[in-house]
Amino acid sequence: MAEVVERQSEVMTINIGPHHPATHGVLRLVVDLDGEVVRDLRPVIGYVHTGIEKSCEDKSYWKVIPFVERMDYVSYFFQMEAFCGAVERLVELEIPPRAKYLRTIFLELNRIHSHLVWLGTTALDLGAISMLWYCFRDRDRILDLFEMATGQRMHTRYFQVGGVIEDIPLGFEAKLREFIDEMPVRVGQYEALLDRNEVFLSRTKGVGIVPRERLLELGVTGPLLRAAGEPWDLRKAFNHLAYPEVEFKVPVGTVGDNYDRYRVRLAEMVESVRIIEQALDGLPEGPFIADDRKYVLPPRSELSTSMESLIHHFKLVTEGYRVDPGEIYYAIESPRGELGCYVLADGSSKPARVHVRDPSFVNLQAFREMSVGGYVADMIASLGMLDPILGGVDR
Amino acid sequence: MPDAPGLELIRGEIEQSHPGAVLDTGFEHGQAALVVDPAKILAVLGWLREASGQEYDFLSSLHVADYLPATPRFGVHYELINRDRVERLRVKAMLNDPAQGGNGSADAGAPAGPSLSFPAGSEAEQLPIIDSCVELFPTANFQEREAYDFFGIVFRGHPDLTRILLPEDYVGWPQRRDFPIGGEPVTFTYSERRYG
Repeated sequence: MAEVVERQSEVMTINIGPHHPATHGVLRLVVDLDGEVVRDLRPVIGYVHTGIEKSCEDKSYWKVIPFVERMDYVSYFFQMEAFCGAVERLVELEIPPRAKYLRTIFLELNRIHSHLVWLGTTALDLGAISMLWYCFRDRDRILDLFEMATGQRMHTRYFQVGGVIEDIPLGFEAKLREFIDEMPVRVGQYEALLDRNEVFLSRTKGVGIVPRERLLELGVTGPLLRAAGEPWDLRKAFNHLAYPEVEFKVPVGTVGDNYDRYRVRLAEMVESVRIIEQALDGLPEGPFIADDRKYVLPPRSELSTSMESLIHHFKLVTEGYRVDPGEIYYAIESPRGELGCYVLADGSSKPARVHVRDPSFVNLQAFREMSVGGYVADMIASLGMLDPILGGVDR
Repeated sequence: MPDAPGLELIRGEIEQSHPGAVLDTGFEHGQAALVVDPAKILAVLGWLREASGQEYDFLSSLHVADYLPATPRFGVHYELINRDRVERLRVKAMLNDPAQGGNGSADAGAPAGPSLSFPAGSEAEQLPIIDSCVELFPTANFQEREAYDFFGIVFRGHPDLTRILLPEDYVGWPQRRDFPIGGEPVTFTYSERRYG
């Protein structure tokens, strides 16, 4: 007679990370597992905390720009825009139209770049290894464009308070047009690769659903929120840069599962291409940086002929400019959601406080609810779809 | 954003239901701010969220600034959004530093805050206290922990008020203005204890 064996279930707590390829950075997860089912989950963060916000308090305003870039190291143009835009509003400095358009072009290029990194690594997590190579091939073309215009592939320090540091070089426009002509085709190819893939579909459809109301309570923004059907996009909501003058759609999902998150991001890449195309067509002539010598470095050619320019240059480089006491919170739509920058000025040439409201940090709170009740393999997929950048989470 | 008169209207309406809750209003660089009595912060945030015609139901950011030479010293900022009207409103609660004397916390009569295990060596340290808004806005969970971590502001009623980015045994509140920058030695105490 066979003995009836009771199915025994025991909750086991395991540790994933902080160094694990599937956590997309230095993220540690303490997971309660019942067999393969996730019962509870606690993200432990802070492993790459570098005190950037504190360091910014010891730097003059223009020296802060390369610091904030290194928070969320995949969307560095957005960090620059959040900080520069905040300071421009503090000192009430209007940036010229050409700078607005150039910034819009580079932000949207950065958005495509960020989504490509996301698509490659997340598809890799789901077993589609070839996606990583395809996505990084296209990402490299964007980095080439960055290098051509700014001299750096990452952390470009291209945006300045008042505009951008240099005009785009000769030949950049042709190269960019070549890229944006090709990018929608590439996105179509990626869709064709993944959308007909049975494994990919069954791993993403119906997985990681969090209701829209709950996402709003948790403060989640960006593609995660839009995938749940909420058309909230700061580019549409608050007028800044060239966004009011270009036409684009805000893609939204219906169910809010991982498949919708994937669809929304792919559609956003195509919309970004449209924005770049329109911004390039409508790129106004004129100066690329504001002509206010109290905040903006004088052109290099003037330094050898104008004493006044030399004095301005010396003052700006040594002490920097002073900002009247005041505070500002300026938020933009980064590839991950609302990226806000709070700057407190105390009248000196250094900010008294720089705080970045990082979307990854806030979005990570939804991760527990995305994963609990599902399998541990789906948890990894959900983490990829959440797309946190740990440099931004820990700052 | 509500403009300056709109802000005064909001203030007037809050005055009717919560007298004395709004201490001041500020309007700079096109951004509206309500300065609120920290003891009544939850009432005001709840009113702004629920009252018809307001419905600031999305907390986009919670952060703290240290206005050191000034008193009250700490400002807890709540950046609220009404997504239908696309309006932002900043609510500020100013807190004194009880360690420097003066009426620090939201109510000085209460015992020294909730039962928290402070890092060793700072048992007697007095910290500014404000009510936690996690019940109203669950998104504040991580952000209040971050504020506690870097400024030592205690959020009363927070479900798990522990350090979030710094190590659990860290001593001090590094984002305060009187905390020096740099000079912290890198120690490898774990390896030292283990391997000698």
